[in-house]
Amino acid sequence: MNLNRRSKGIEPLSWLRARLFANWFSSLVTVTLLALAWRFFPPLVDWALIEAVWSPEKPRLCRELMGQGACWAFVADKYRFILFGTYPAESHWRPALAISILIALYILSAYRHSRGSRLVVAWLAGLVVVGWLMCGGLLGLSYVENERWGGLTLTLLLSTCGLAFAFPLALVLAFARRSELPIVRWSAIAYIELIRGVPLVSVLFMASVMLPLFLPAGVSIDKLLRAQLAMILFAAAYLAEVVRGGLQAIPRQQDEAARALGLNYWQRTRFVILPQALRIAIPPLVNTCIGFFKDTSLVVIIGLFDFLTTIKVSLGEPAWTGFGVEAYLFAATGYFLFCFPMSRYSQTLEQQRAPGMGMDRVRSIGEVR
Amino acid sequence: MPRRYAKSSGCAIHVNSMSELFTAGGNRKIDLLLSARFRSFFYQTVLAVLVIFVGWYFVSNATRNLLELGVASGFGFLAREAGFEIGETTLLSYSAIDTYSRALLVGILNTLHVAALAIVFSTVIGLLIGLARLSSNWLLARLAAAYVEMIRNVPLVVQLFFLYAVITESLPAPAEALRPMPGVFFSNRGLAFPTFVSLLPIVLEHPQFSGFNFAGGGSLSPEFTTLLFGLSLYTAAFIAEIVRAGLRSIDPGQLEAGYSLGLSSRQITRFVVVPQALRVIIPPMTSQFLNCTKNSSLAVAIGYPDLVSIANTTINQTGQAIEGVVIIMAVYLTISLTVAGLMNWYNRSVALRGSPT
Repeated sequence: MNLNRRSKGIEPLSWLRARLFANWFSSLVTVTLLALAWRFFPPLVDWALIEAVWSPEKPRLCRELMGQGACWAFVADKYRFILFGTYPAESHWRPALAISILIALYILSAYRHSRGSRLVVAWLAGLVVVGWLMCGGLLGLSYVENERWGGLTLTLLLSTCGLAFAFPLALVLAFARRSELPIVRWSAIAYIELIRGVPLVSVLFMASVMLPLFLPAGVSIDKLLRAQLAMILFAAAYLAEVVRGGLQAIPRQQDEAARALGLNYWQRTRFVILPQALRIAIPPLVNTCIGFFKDTSLVVIIGLFDFLTTIKVSLGEPAWTGFGVEAYLFAATGYFLFCFPMSRYSQTLEQQRAPGMGMDRVRSIGEVR
Repeated sequence: MPRRYAKSSGCAIHVNSMSELFTAGGNRKIDLLLSARFRSFFYQTVLAVLVIFVGWYFVSNATRNLLELGVASGFGFLAREAGFEIGETTLLSYSAIDTYSRALLVGILNTLHVAALAIVFSTVIGLLIGLARLSSNWLLARLAAAYVEMIRNVPLVVQLFFLYAVITESLPAPAEALRPMPGVFFSNRGLAFPTFVSLLPIVLEHPQFSGFNFAGGGSLSPEFTTLLFGLSLYTAAFIAEIVRAGLRSIDPGQLEAGYSLGLSSRQITRFVVVPQALRVIIPPMTSQFLNCTKNSSLAVAIGYPDLVSIANTTINQTGQAIEGVVIIMAVYLTISLTVAGLMNWYNRSVALRGSPT
């Protein structure tokens, strides 16, 4: 265990010795790992790259090489379905543009100087445009019903809209849980703990089998909207706890100082408490977002055609049965490409915050009563 | 939170209403009434009425809809014959002529079975990987870090599908099963391993290949193997991070102090590092154990008959959606509260005396 992380000023030449062969145990570990890599890495490269079949015209070749070479032809053949679902083929540029807009908004949000009200406006405008592109029926675009939305587009839409709607609800829940009013507080606690105590799968089931029973006869909500609703209600409970954590980190004196300045409740919340609390809560919020993005894959269980479901369904085609390993490796890579940058981003934020903001000092002062 | 002030001191009420004097223009008595008790009463009443109304609306709709569908509400269906087979009934004998309640019980036991084993395995694997991440060996530390990042950034259900595909598509048939250890067989029919017939003297029953599959010894189905491996490896990545953070939270000065007292490094680990690290590790570990239990509900995606999967079949057959979902939620809430209670009890035993945690 290297608990003592003090720099010892290692010279470049002795790096190997210090980091890989420091003592007999370390040397043993290094040799074992290298031997394992020697044994397993070349066959893996052979399978994944050298012997692999890339061209989608040859599903039969895939079958002949099964076990020796990977069948990436599967991905090459089905990529449109995996990206856009059953969206009309001639309009594939619309979901493609929608995906680009969403990704651009994610990147925009990650920049430090683009926070604040301008970002909110950008998001609202972006979501309206995305909604228009996907639905159509306005300004020259033909209408496309939401049963045909699918693939990566649906995954991004479910997670983005889910978070966008869950966040305001989470703010309300977080403040309600800290409220002085017993009925408000206990309602929030009951809701949050109930949702956090059960798996998302059961919430999705609830939305798909129970919700229709709760509505008056004749009123029906389509499957996609029900799943989206379930995901919003689910995410809100988790986000609320993160926001509450941020609120708890704000020293009481901040509220008292704002009160002394004559600010009312809404002004104190809007200009003093919330900005500070959210800044503290950003890294855990990003982590919750990653979790939520991953959780959207569970809609496979209630049969919505998201990124994962389209891959699973493609595997059901006779030409491609039996290539699950390749297909799910591709799925894993797809999710990783979205989650890993987010997780890096949240780690960077945490490291930036630790020395600079002096938040710990503020907090410890706040603790003194 | 203006209410706190209103209640706690008269001075604050004065300041509160002073600020409102500017806006309302002097009608102090009414302002006071509006700003403090009345508002609190008003908000709470509105919320209570709203909750009750929505609840009543849902219940009345549901009653009417169920009446139209001809579904009798209530838990009477539990005593009826289930009529479906369950693939895995390791802990409780079951057949299609048994009741729904017994089927659900099998589901609950299956959930607990896989979750309990996964919690044990993930703790061991997570501990090892957490230690590996702190290793002074660069290669090992990097490898552990890569493992954690890879696992944490891919949805569990994708990992389960992948593992299931590896087991059922890539592993050989039982006749040519892999043998990682003597007596252990890994094939597309799952895992077969020797079991103890008696402990003194040690007698093992080895699985024997016969016909198309193994007989004798113990065996795990592909579904159970997938779920157990997937859950354990997934949760382990999260536990590794918790272990790492816990160990890093210990000030190097603590170790130096231990050395200067003449303790051996084993004693330092046992009496200085572990007790302090456990205090940091236990609370987040609790939520990981709970996550692991809740994540076992993904069994439904690969066809392992856990509680959610069996309840889902029950709902489809009987139409008793509300009762089914209520059962699922009640069971998970009970498990959550029990695990949380146990872990809190353990946490109290390792916490500093007199500390609030």
